[in-house]
Amino acid sequence: MPDAPIVELTKSRVREFIREPEAVFWVFAFPILLTLALGFAFRSKPPDRIPIGVIGPHAKEWSAALAKSPVLLTRVLEAEEARDQLRRGKITLLVEGDAQPVYRFDPTRPDARTARVEADDALQRAAGRRDVIAAREEHVSERGSRYIDFLVPGLLGMNLMGTGMWGVGFSIVNARMKKLLKRLIATPMRKSDFLLAQFFSRLIFLTGEVTFLIVFAWLVFHVGVHGSLVTFAMLCLIGGFAFSGIGLLVASRAKTIEAVSGMMNLVMVPMWICSGVFFSYERFPDAAKPFIRALPLTALNDALRAVMNDGAGWLQIAAPVGVLLAWGVVCFALALRVFKWQ
Amino acid sequence: MTESAIHCRDLRKYYPDVKAVDGLDLYIARGECFGLLGPNGAGKTTTIEILEGLTPADSGDVEVLGLRWNGRARELRERIGISLQETQFTDKLTVIETLTLFRSFYREGRDSDELMRALSLEEKQNARVGKLSGGQKQRLAVACALVGHPDILFLDEPTTGLDPQSRLQLWEVVTRFREGGGTVLLTTHYMDEAERLCDRIAIIDHGKVIALGTPAELIAKLEASNIIEFTSDPPMAGEAFADLCAGYHGCAKRGEGWQLRVDSLAEAVPRVLAIIEKSGAKLVTLSTHAATLEDLFVALTGRELRDA
Repeated sequence: MPDAPIVELTKSRVREFIREPEAVFWVFAFPILLTLALGFAFRSKPPDRIPIGVIGPHAKEWSAALAKSPVLLTRVLEAEEARDQLRRGKITLLVEGDAQPVYRFDPTRPDARTARVEADDALQRAAGRRDVIAAREEHVSERGSRYIDFLVPGLLGMNLMGTGMWGVGFSIVNARMKKLLKRLIATPMRKSDFLLAQFFSRLIFLTGEVTFLIVFAWLVFHVGVHGSLVTFAMLCLIGGFAFSGIGLLVASRAKTIEAVSGMMNLVMVPMWICSGVFFSYERFPDAAKPFIRALPLTALNDALRAVMNDGAGWLQIAAPVGVLLAWGVVCFALALRVFKWQ
Repeated sequence: MTESAIHCRDLRKYYPDVKAVDGLDLYIARGECFGLLGPNGAGKTTTIEILEGLTPADSGDVEVLGLRWNGRARELRERIGISLQETQFTDKLTVIETLTLFRSFYREGRDSDELMRALSLEEKQNARVGKLSGGQKQRLAVACALVGHPDILFLDEPTTGLDPQSRLQLWEVVTRFREGGGTVLLTTHYMDEAERLCDRIAIIDHGKVIALGTPAELIAKLEASNIIEFTSDPPMAGEAFADLCAGYHGCAKRGEGWQLRVDSLAEAVPRVLAIIEKSGAKLVTLSTHAATLEDLFVALTGRELRDA
């Protein structure tokens, strides 16, 4: 005996998807590869040492003292060569002088001033200066502040958008082109069952996608979810719902794959750029920000970052969640009204 | 009210460039197999889709199983089975999965295994739809139409493009469905299909019924049981046949040659040969056949069914 129509429709959609190896690749492997590439490209590393040069009769002695600084990279140079390198910025500071050291540098360069302070400190210590008070250093490496921490929620949001819209849009237009939609409404099937099955099957894939990406990001980059996992999961479902709704609306009348692809790109490309996937939308002019924040992907990314990096709860993400729900509900409602079955 | 399966009156559907259905009346009794026969573009598909409740008519009245589509659609959908022209099922699903999906839409229906046996699909039950042949796909489409145990089966060009063996298999399925008391409405542009399967036929052209009756009645309308076709070199002029045509039910120029509708071949063929010989021309081809629905269509419209 078959199950209820909604269950059978959802099963069919899931089967159709998992039997399409290319689709599985784009949904699962692509975001992983992107995370991997960008994660390594922008990984956190200790700041480079500042290159400086030493010349003059004390060059050997001074360079031994300067080598103790963890910040400086010291080289003993010939006078002419040293001037040339300083001019071309290959070294930021030149230590010269016959008896007393002379620091030659461009004071408008922050790294040159750092080098000057470091070099002087090293030489003074070597000459016997002792600290009057003993200070202690404590290094800050806040989790959630690295680029990868910014990137992973953005990629997750982008993936939820892409798979939500394509997953629903492509399959609907395909079924319309094959006249399968028309054949289905020639049965007693409820139209709402069909549309809900699209949504439910999305939620099933979404669970897999999100788990896969999050476990990967945690294992490889130690990107964790600081907030509640339940809040995080619910947020992903709300995001999936919003983008399924938009996908349904975009696909509600399109007759060809080309037409729906064009419309999908029209909807998605501005969000890839504006919604803070790869870089923060704070860089856009203030006048544009209210519009950017009203975009569903911005709302999802903001909420995901708040939950993953800042451990935010529902109260703090109420605004973006409201934006997402509004997009989802309005688009679903509109799609149901304008949907063309044949 | 007699037991009608389908009853429509003065059905009209105009598109901007064509009057697809232009005042059509049909009465189809329960248990009957009724055929809509006509060339491509005659309005068959529009008509059947209006009756199926998939396309709204501009005007006219449709009753299916005594019910109107408006407000009773769901109830009606439970009781009819439809095979559309060129539906493609999802390639990635198997035969049994597709059938199970369609079965789930109906409150009552037929057992998938039994249905696959009836349609000779049991060997293919675990094959993906994308791997099926044209005939197998069409049988699956009919299986999906039958899975809800319908009272009426609608088939829109069920055998177009199929090989002869697949056509025979489908005809058998239709025959068996009728033995169970089912009503069938089918469209076709194959006259042999219509003659073989249908109790009654409506010949449709330009959205109108131009002839209606049993196959035998329709052929009888030609008032001639045989057709003679011939060509000659040089081609014969019309005047040479003026008196010949007068004696028969019809004579028309067909391409380079002529076509005559006659009662008796034994009487007509020698006369034709004599006239050709008298005119000094040479006979190139001569053929005869028993009159068919195709000949009726040609007689009614002056065009052929296939390429009209």
